[in-house]
Amino acid sequence: MVQPLNTLTETASQTAGPYVHIGCTPNFVGIEGIYDEDLGLVPFPKDEPGEHITITGTIQDGTGTVLRDVLVESWQCNAEGKFGPGSRGFARMPSDLTTGIWTLNTVKPAGVGKQSPHIALWIVARGINIGLQTRIYFEGDDHSADPLLTRLEHQSRVETLIAKKTGDNSYQFDIRLQGEGETVFLDL
Amino acid sequence: MTLIPRNRGGHPVAYAPGYKSSVARSPKLALISGSATPSEQTGPVFGHDLLGELDSNLILNFTGEPAIGERIIVHGRVLDENARPVPGALVEVWQANAGGRYRHKKDGYLAPLDPNFGGCGRTITGEDGSYEFLTIRPGAYPWPNGPNDWRPMHIHFSVFGHSFGQRLITQMYFEGDPLIPLCPIIKTIPDQSAVDRLIAPLDMSRAMPLDCLAYKFDIVLRGSRQTMFENKMEGL
Repeated sequence: MVQPLNTLTETASQTAGPYVHIGCTPNFVGIEGIYDEDLGLVPFPKDEPGEHITITGTIQDGTGTVLRDVLVESWQCNAEGKFGPGSRGFARMPSDLTTGIWTLNTVKPAGVGKQSPHIALWIVARGINIGLQTRIYFEGDDHSADPLLTRLEHQSRVETLIAKKTGDNSYQFDIRLQGEGETVFLDL
Repeated sequence: MTLIPRNRGGHPVAYAPGYKSSVARSPKLALISGSATPSEQTGPVFGHDLLGELDSNLILNFTGEPAIGERIIVHGRVLDENARPVPGALVEVWQANAGGRYRHKKDGYLAPLDPNFGGCGRTITGEDGSYEFLTIRPGAYPWPNGPNDWRPMHIHFSVFGHSFGQRLITQMYFEGDPLIPLCPIIKTIPDQSAVDRLIAPLDMSRAMPLDCLAYKFDIVLRGSRQTMFENKMEGL
């Protein structure tokens, strides 16, 4: 026998299920009056310094079907590379119940260390047994020193992490859960 | 402080054919592993000013009139893998009503809605990591998966620790529910001990005489490694 480590094991994940919005964005699905507003409606106030951008996207399953019951959370630093304070930098985006499009109105984050500017995403839905981590990087940035992007074995997959510029302040970031063009998911 | 890498052996597998929705929604390629960076090691902090007076009381928080069902306290602590309490953690819950029906336009189950039950609640853990909800025991219900699959009674939990890399959503089950071993969603977890840790025991020490029963559900989040010899990975 050896000494016990006395550590605990992380609680197992379970799917967020089809009704995740009841718990996480109740006002969005018409359950009003319990919380004044849903958590994470906007990551930053309107007067936050930096480049204000809009990122839109969809999430497709392995058959190419767009998910309409998904919840995306984002976390990022501000334009000066600072995280917080409080919940500043956090957003919660339910996909549109009809179109499946999710929208993030935010400021473009600064790069931190050698990392290129990016936004961390966490994706949960029915059929996803443990939340999926991924990142949004931005077209037009120099990614040549980013530690994560440069060490991907399959360099052809880097583009799945880079939002496409669609206008002066707008980007598109579509996520593919499975199959051709499968998005890179992370275990960080 | 560096987040301890996630031990995925204690989690469900992504592709679990018995749970049909996972078949087309599970990544097939390997996850890309690496050390957590500031994006994973920091996270939003929610203050107690977020909370309304009845946020953790699902019996009363929808209309102010009591919901129908068996009154229960659900309580526990949020800890990390080093067995330290996680204070200030936002815990959100959602559940079906006593008949097994969710307040959602996509839920068309025969059981009626309860006009006084919304189905969500939230709280923030205290200094010792403790939390408590007052709610009603949710009903079991059938769902379209196999020809006759039923969900055991359960409460969904969403937990924010101190960093975005600790983010967790899970489900709490109830001691003694005979539907637990039959559930295709629970069977996505290969490790039986991990399943056992999702089952809340009856806790008569917290039950209130002539009022309500109690169940205890502790939640463990990823911990941080603390060492005097902290190195940075090459290139980070």
